[in-house]
Amino acid sequence: MPAAALPTLLLALPFVVALVTLFIPTAWARNTAAALAGSVALIGFAIVLWLYPAIAAGGTLRHELAWLPDLGLTIVLRLNGLSWMFAAMITGIGFLVVLYARYYLQPDEPVARFFSLFLGFMGAMLGIVLSGNLIQLVIFWELTSIFSFLLIGYWHTYASARDGARMALIVTGTGGLALFLAMLLIGHIVGSYDIDTVLASGEAIRNHQLYLPTLLLVLVGAFTKSAQFPFQFWLPRAMAAPTPVSAYLHSATMVKAGVYLLVLLSPVMSGTGPWVWIVTYTGLVTLLIGAYSAVFQRDLKGLLAYSTISHLGLITTLIGMSSPLALVAAVFHIANHATFKASLFMAAGIIDHETGTRDFRKLSGLFRYMPFTGTLATVAAAAMAGVPLLNGFLSKEMFFAETALKNANPFVDVSLPFVAVLASLFAVTYSVRFIHDVFMGPPPTLLDRVPHEPPALMRRPIEILVLLCLLVGVVPGLTIGPYLETAVRSVLGADTPSYSLAVWHGFDVPLMMSAIALVGGIILYRLLHGYLARGVDSPPFIGHLVGPRIFERLLLLLSARLAPALERLLGTRRLQPQLALLVGLAIVAGAIPLLAGPIAPGLSLDGLDPVLALVWLLGSVCAVGAAIQAKYHRLMALILMGGAGLATVVTFAWYSAPDLALTQILVEVVTTILILLGLRWLPNRLENVPIDVATSRGARLRRARDFVMAGVAGAGMAFFAYAMMTSDAPQSISRFFLKNAYVLGGGHNVVNVILVDFRGFDTLGEITVLGIVALTTFALLRRFRPAADSIDRPEQQRIQSQYEAARTDEEGSIVSDFLRVPAVIMRWMFPVIIVLSIYLFLRGHDLPGGGFIAGITLSTGFILQYLAGGTRWVEDRLRIRPTLWIGSGLLVALLTGAAALLFDHPFLTSSFQYLDLPMFGRVPLASALAFDFGVFVLVVGATVLILVALAHQSIRNARPTARPAAGASGEVR
Amino acid sequence: MEAVIAIGIGVLAGSGVWLILRPRTFQVIIGLSLLSYAVNLFIFGMGRLRSNAAPILDGVSAVTAYADPVPQSLVLTAIVIGFAMTALFLVVLLASRGLTGTDHVDGQER
Repeated sequence: MPAAALPTLLLALPFVVALVTLFIPTAWARNTAAALAGSVALIGFAIVLWLYPAIAAGGTLRHELAWLPDLGLTIVLRLNGLSWMFAAMITGIGFLVVLYARYYLQPDEPVARFFSLFLGFMGAMLGIVLSGNLIQLVIFWELTSIFSFLLIGYWHTYASARDGARMALIVTGTGGLALFLAMLLIGHIVGSYDIDTVLASGEAIRNHQLYLPTLLLVLVGAFTKSAQFPFQFWLPRAMAAPTPVSAYLHSATMVKAGVYLLVLLSPVMSGTGPWVWIVTYTGLVTLLIGAYSAVFQRDLKGLLAYSTISHLGLITTLIGMSSPLALVAAVFHIANHATFKASLFMAAGIIDHETGTRDFRKLSGLFRYMPFTGTLATVAAAAMAGVPLLNGFLSKEMFFAETALKNANPFVDVSLPFVAVLASLFAVTYSVRFIHDVFMGPPPTLLDRVPHEPPALMRRPIEILVLLCLLVGVVPGLTIGPYLETAVRSVLGADTPSYSLAVWHGFDVPLMMSAIALVGGIILYRLLHGYLARGVDSPPFIGHLVGPRIFERLLLLLSARLAPALERLLGTRRLQPQLALLVGLAIVAGAIPLLAGPIAPGLSLDGLDPVLALVWLLGSVCAVGAAIQAKYHRLMALILMGGAGLATVVTFAWYSAPDLALTQILVEVVTTILILLGLRWLPNRLENVPIDVATSRGARLRRARDFVMAGVAGAGMAFFAYAMMTSDAPQSISRFFLKNAYVLGGGHNVVNVILVDFRGFDTLGEITVLGIVALTTFALLRRFRPAADSIDRPEQQRIQSQYEAARTDEEGSIVSDFLRVPAVIMRWMFPVIIVLSIYLFLRGHDLPGGGFIAGITLSTGFILQYLAGGTRWVEDRLRIRPTLWIGSGLLVALLTGAAALLFDHPFLTSSFQYLDLPMFGRVPLASALAFDFGVFVLVVGATVLILVALAHQSIRNARPTARPAAGASGEVR
Repeated sequence: MEAVIAIGIGVLAGSGVWLILRPRTFQVIIGLSLLSYAVNLFIFGMGRLRSNAAPILDGVSAVTAYADPVPQSLVLTAIVIGFAMTALFLVVLLASRGLTGTDHVDGQER
C-alpha cells in the first residue's frame, strides 16, 4: 500500500467501524464492540508506528483529496512530527482505554453505543491532528465537541451527566465557533487555508492589522477546549462521564487539542506582546487555581479534573513564553501528563468500581485490599507530583528552569517562579492526599462491600502506562528522546534548541524549586489533614466564585430573559402586524425606484372606450363594496367579489387573452361555489353589538393606519401599472415563442404551446402543487370537523317540518321536489358539459382551450350534479375517485415527459407530426397533447376533490346521528 | 384606456390590502382574491393592452401582429394556483374555526 494512502486509512477506519459498531446488538456488544474498537485502535497505532521512519527523516506526509475545488478547498491529510506524537497518543492510549472500558462497563449497558461514540471521537481527534487545512481542522474540532457531549451524557438518565454534557458542549462549541472565525480571518490574511502555506506566512500574520482579533479568537477556541481560565469550569462537570471517557477525553486527548492548536500556530503567532502576556498569564492563573482547587476536592475524579486543569495551565504557560526551550518542555509535558493522568483516572475508576464510591470521606486504607492497584496509583501520583525518576519530574524541572530565567520585567521575574513553585507545592499536596487518604490509614468503615483487586486485564492498561512513566523518568533519552526531538523539530525547524533530557543536572535552581515544592507540599498536607477530613468540597477564599453557577446564570439570562425580550420586541405571532409589516415593506420597496428620479408618465385618455370604462366603474364599485361588506355581510361580499372578477374576465377577453378569460370565469364559478359551501360554518357577526370603548380607540387608530396603507398601496399599484402600460414594450422572448410555436411546437395557440411545450416543466410543477393542495385539503377535512352550523334552519323549513311531523310524513318529503325542473336540466347538461370539455381540450393546442380550462369545465359538470341531486343522490349513482384522477394525471404527464428520454432527448421534449386519418384528413398530433391530457385529468381530480371534500362536511353535520363514533375517521370521498 | 385599467388595478389592490389587514378570516380570504385579481391584471398588463390580437397564429400575419403570449401563460397558471390557494386557505379557516371557536385570524379574540 502506498504510504500516502495510510493516513487516509488511519482517519477513515474509526468512523467506518463506528458506524458498524452502532448496529451490534447489546447481547454481544460487550465483547464484539470492544474487540472491534480495540482492533481499530491497535491497527491505527500500528499504522502510526509504520509511518514513523518517514516522519523521523524530517518529512511531512501530505495527501490531498479534492473536496470543494471551486472554493479552493481540498481535504489535506498532513502528518509531521508533532501530529505524529499526538496520533500515537490517540491510538495508543485509545487502545488501552478500550481494554479498560471492556471491564469497566456493565454488560447490560448500551455498550455498543459507547464504543461507537468512542471510535467516532477517536476519528475526530485524529482528524484534528491530521488536518492540513484550517477549515477541515475546525470541522473535526467541532466533531470532538459533539462526541464529547454524547460521551459525557452516556449515562443520560442522570441529571448531572446531562448538565455536564450540555455545559461542555456549549463552552467548547462556542469556542469552536470563535476558532472558525479565527480560521476565516487567517485565511483572509494569508489567502489560503492550507496549514503549510499559513505556517510560511508568520510575518504577514503578525504584522497584519487583524492580528489581535485573530489571536483573541484563536485563544478563545484553544482556551475553551483546554479548560483554561476563565473557561475551566466545564471540565470538573464533565466528570459525570464514565471513567474511561474521562481518562481518554479529559486528560489525554480532547483537552490537549487546545494546546495542540497553540503549539501548531506558535511559529506564526507567538512571540508578540499580546501572545506572551495573555497566553503566559492565562496559563499561570489556570495553573494556580487548578492546583489550589484540586487540594480541596471531595471527589476522586474532581481532584483529578482540577489537577488536569492545572497541568494544562502549566503547558499553556510554557507555550506562552515563546522560547524554543519552553516549547520543548510544553510538548514533553503534554506526553507525560497524558500517561500519568490517564493511568490515575483509570485507577480512580477501579476504586469507584470496586468500592462503589469516589468520596474521600468514605475511602480509607484500601492498600490492604488492592495492593497492585495501590502501588500503580502511587507511582502515577508521584509522577503527577513531580518526584524524581518519574516522567513528570523531568518536564516540571524544565518548566522550573524556564520560569527561573532572569526577566527584564520585574513583575514577570518574580511572579513566574513564585507561582510555579506555589502551584507545584499544591500539586504535591493533592497527589499525597490522593494516595494517603485512599490507600493508607485504617480500613474503610462506610463501604457496603469488601473491595478487592479488579480483573487483571483491567489493570493491564495502568501497568503499561505506569511502566512508561518509569521508563521515561529513568532513561528519557532512550525512550521518548527521539520522538520528542522529531515533534519539536517539526514545529521549530532550524530554531530547535539543544537540550538535555538527563535526569541529573546537578544542584541547580530548578532542583531547589522542586525540593521546596516537595517538602512544602507534604508539610501543607499534614497541616490541612484535619481540615480536609471534615469533608470540605470547595476551596476556601475562591469557593464562592463558582464558574458553573455564573455560567448557568448567564445561560438563564440569555435563554429565559433576553430571548423572550427580543421576541417580544421583534417578533409577533399575530397575523395582522406581520401582514402590515409585509405591506409596509412592499410599499417602501415600491418607492425605491422613485428615489432615482420622478417618473412622470403623460396622462392621456386616448382610446377611452365607454363600455369598458363602465365595466371598470362597476368592477371598482364591486371591489370597494366587497371590502366594506366582508365583515357583516359575507354573502354580499362574495357576490361583489364575483363582480370584480367579472370585470377582470372582460378585460382579459377585451385585450386579446381568450384563454385567460375562459380560465378566469371558470375559476370564478368554482371559487364561488367553494366559498359558498364554507359560509355556513362561520360565526354570526351582528352589526349592532356594542364595542368596548377602551379597545375601540386603538381599533380606530389601527383602522386609520390600515386605510392609509391600503390607499397608498392601491395608488402605488395604479401609478406603476399606468407608467408601465404606457411605456414602450421591451424586446422580450415573446417573439421567439410566436415565431416557433408552430414550427417547433406544432400548435397555433401560442399560450397553450408555451404551457405544455416550451415551459412544460413549469406546468408540471404547477399541477404537482395543485395535486398536493387538493390532497392537503382532503386530509385536513378528514381530521377536522367544522364548527356547528351558525344559522338555524330557515323559518319556512321549520314550519314545513312541523307540518310534516303533525301529518306523520317523513321530514322533507312533501317539498322534496322543489327544484325538480332545474335539477332535471342540470342532469341533462352533464353529457353536454362532458362533450364541451373534451372539445375545449382537443382544440386547446390551436384555439383557446386546453387542459386547465377543459379540466375545470368538467369539474363544474360534476359539481352541477351535486347541486342538482344532493351528495347522497350523486354518490349512489356515480363513483368518482378524485384521488385516482390526480394520481393518473400526474403519471400521464410524467410518463409523456419521460418518453422523450427513450429517444435520447431531454425530459419533456415534445414531438409532433401529421397523421392521415380516413374521413378526418390530415390532423396534427403532438406529444404535448398527451401531456396536456395529464394536466386535464389532474385538474379535474383536484378541483372535484376539494369541492366534494368540503360538500361532504354538510352531510356529516346535518345528520349527527349518522356520524361515526368520536375519534373514528370518517371516510370522505 | 390604460388609465382606466390602471385605476381599476389600484382599486382592486387597495380593497385587497385593506381586507388582508382585517382581523376576520373571511375578510382575509376575500382580500387575497381581490389582491390576486390586481396582481394578475398587473402582470397581464406587462404585455401591453392590445385588442383583436390574440396570440393564436393564423400563419399569415407577422410576429408583431400578436399580443404578448408570455404574461398570458404566466397569468393562466397564476389563476389556477390562486384557486388552489383559496381552497387551502378556506379549509384551514374552517378547521381553525372548528378547533378554536373563533374566526379571528390568530385563533383567539384579542
